[in-house]
Amino acid sequence: MSTTSSAPGVETHVHRDDEGSRLGMWLFLFTELLLFGGMFLVYAVYKFTYTEQFHLAAKELNTLFGALNTIILLTSSLTMVLAIVAIKRGQKYLSLFFQLMTLAMAVGFLVNKYFEWMAKISHGIYPGSEQLLEKSNGEILFFGLYYVMTGLHGLHIVIGMAVIAYMTWFTWKDKINQDQYVRLESAGLYWHLVDIIWIFLFPLFYLIS
Amino acid sequence: MSSTTNDVNVSYLDYKGKHSGLLGWILSVDHKRIGILYLISMMVFFAVGVTFGFLMRLELIAPGRTIIDPQTYNSFFTLHGIIMIFLFIIPGLPAVFGNFFLPIMIGAADVAFPRLNLLSWWLFVIGGLLAVTSVFLPGGAPDTGWTFYIPYSVRTTTNVIPALMAAFILGFSSILTGLNFVVTVHRLRAPGMTFFKMPLFIWSLYSTAWIQVLATPIIGITLLLVVAERTLSIGIFDPALGGDPVLFQHLFWIYSHPAVYIMIIPAMGVVSEIIPVFSQRTIFGYKFIAFSSVAIAFLGSLVWAHHMFTAGMSGVAMIAFSVLTFLVSIPSAIKVFNWVATLYKGSIITDPPLLYALGFIFLFSIGGFTGLIQGALSVNLHIHDTSFIVAHFHYVMFGGTGFGIFAAMHYWWPKMFGRMYNKLIAKTGFWVLFVGFNLLYFPMFVMGWLGMPRRYYDYLPEFQIYHMLSTVGSWILITGLLIMFINLFNALRNGKKVTEENSWGGETLEWSTPTPPYLFNFKEAPTVESGPYEYKRNEVSETEVKEEKV
Repeated sequence: MSTTSSAPGVETHVHRDDEGSRLGMWLFLFTELLLFGGMFLVYAVYKFTYTEQFHLAAKELNTLFGALNTIILLTSSLTMVLAIVAIKRGQKYLSLFFQLMTLAMAVGFLVNKYFEWMAKISHGIYPGSEQLLEKSNGEILFFGLYYVMTGLHGLHIVIGMAVIAYMTWFTWKDKINQDQYVRLESAGLYWHLVDIIWIFLFPLFYLIS
Repeated sequence: MSSTTNDVNVSYLDYKGKHSGLLGWILSVDHKRIGILYLISMMVFFAVGVTFGFLMRLELIAPGRTIIDPQTYNSFFTLHGIIMIFLFIIPGLPAVFGNFFLPIMIGAADVAFPRLNLLSWWLFVIGGLLAVTSVFLPGGAPDTGWTFYIPYSVRTTTNVIPALMAAFILGFSSILTGLNFVVTVHRLRAPGMTFFKMPLFIWSLYSTAWIQVLATPIIGITLLLVVAERTLSIGIFDPALGGDPVLFQHLFWIYSHPAVYIMIIPAMGVVSEIIPVFSQRTIFGYKFIAFSSVAIAFLGSLVWAHHMFTAGMSGVAMIAFSVLTFLVSIPSAIKVFNWVATLYKGSIITDPPLLYALGFIFLFSIGGFTGLIQGALSVNLHIHDTSFIVAHFHYVMFGGTGFGIFAAMHYWWPKMFGRMYNKLIAKTGFWVLFVGFNLLYFPMFVMGWLGMPRRYYDYLPEFQIYHMLSTVGSWILITGLLIMFINLFNALRNGKKVTEENSWGGETLEWSTPTPPYLFNFKEAPTVESGPYEYKRNEVSETEVKEEKV
């Protein structure tokens, strides 16, 4: 069924396929979306069952914190894009600067999140706490979902930071350069995913009161 | 440069890379070595799973206590399920034979992401070890059944969290393999290898890979939510806090039903490879078989709630899910008819691979038909949670996928290792296995129909005759397995050396590589001109005809 053409050598094995890498990354992002999709499904079911109580519980969340984090995360997505544009133009140090900016904003997001969670916990609102168990079922579920979903999202921020830090190292070592930047692009895609999930978390938890 | 080229033109088994010995295997990114790694680890877990099954059957030979206490029995069926499903059947074909043959059959040197491939195997081993460790940790082996149903999985004090995390990690491994295969099929096909020139095994792996990518994340998050429920009591599945335990069942089956197609579709692919080779005929209805894989993958995602007909659902939903369940049987039946039509008037050679493939068709058909019986709402209420269900899914999963895996082993063994097993012993093994299989599982249909519940430790005396038959069947089945595996493994050392490229007269690309394949598979990169099942026999006769005319 086959005939032969050019002989393969080692050089054909060390293949580079940027298109394939991007395809793989997009598939991975699909799986991440579905992972969160399962949680959004659970959220939808209980929001439908306990509409009033969800609105009541959402009042407890500080919209200012949420809005601030939204701005931080959206801006960090911008710096990520700028980092990629810079490396495409061969401006290594500018790209490094924007990558570090992205990292700094990720840290800012987590610090903000830390204070927000701590404020809730100090008020006795956390899963299994006596104060929470006194509330209605809808509110208990709201806060259960709030901690799990923003917690899992926070974990993704941490993973994203690790990935970007790795990319910064690669850029510093010139392993990511004007010709080879698909890894940085993929890291960027991941970061945008983390961003877009937050775009949905923000209204669902903070803005429904 | 030339010396380096020479170095890689050796069998993948002999290649000396950066590492040697054991490290040369467990750190290898060669898809063939990774396939073998999966094969070995899978066989080990299979042996453990079979042992649990054997002990359970032995316990059930008589009512009351025979060898183990009820709690041990509960953990045995749990571990039997977890190990067989997550560590044997799901990785069985895609991870072992998919890894080994997918790149070769599309004419590529490796998968798209070789290092990611190795990571998948490592995750697989870590997950597997975690599952086994959960038995020995203080707290006791998990006893929830492999389904981890709420609320018991939250209340039990046994080691459910390690088992859940194990399943989560194994799921991650499965996702990465699926992702790798989708990209490989899209990006690395040899010149001329269009989608409709791909062998049907590749079509089946491609459909499976999509299910792995799209369904597995749901089970991932569901298992994590159970962990969160156990550790933090967030209330999502706890009725006392307003949650809904049935929601867990939905989320669980949204993955776990498509998962049974992850298990069965590649086995159908293997059968589609073997049947044309051993009847030396072009496959009947190539496109129908290819598209039916995709159709099963699609329809199979929409039928999950047929596991929950007794759990409480609206009548409309029940009817919808019942109808969709019936629809899945159409693409499955298309395949069976096409295989039989391919055999019809073929020059059939009853070598061991074909026997196992025929065993697949027979057992899978019984499993498939009994599946339809369960899909009917009224009957389902009667046989729900009885051993009828156990018999059904063992016919489909073991008789189907299990036999598919054995067929693949016998078909590709000479290519993988360059050694041929003893065919007579292989055939004997098949018949012992086949008889034992039917004796083990068929009585379960009967007693299930009569009302024997599944997962029960004790039973009424009137069921004893069926249990006795079944247990005797398990002994025969294990004898068959031993004959088969000893024969295969013995061949590695003592089998006849195979050096010819094509052991069976197959027309797919793996039969044009050296045996065993070189490090980068082919001597020279292939270009594909014709479809995968166009037999030389026909080509020869055509040229002869032309010559005669001249």
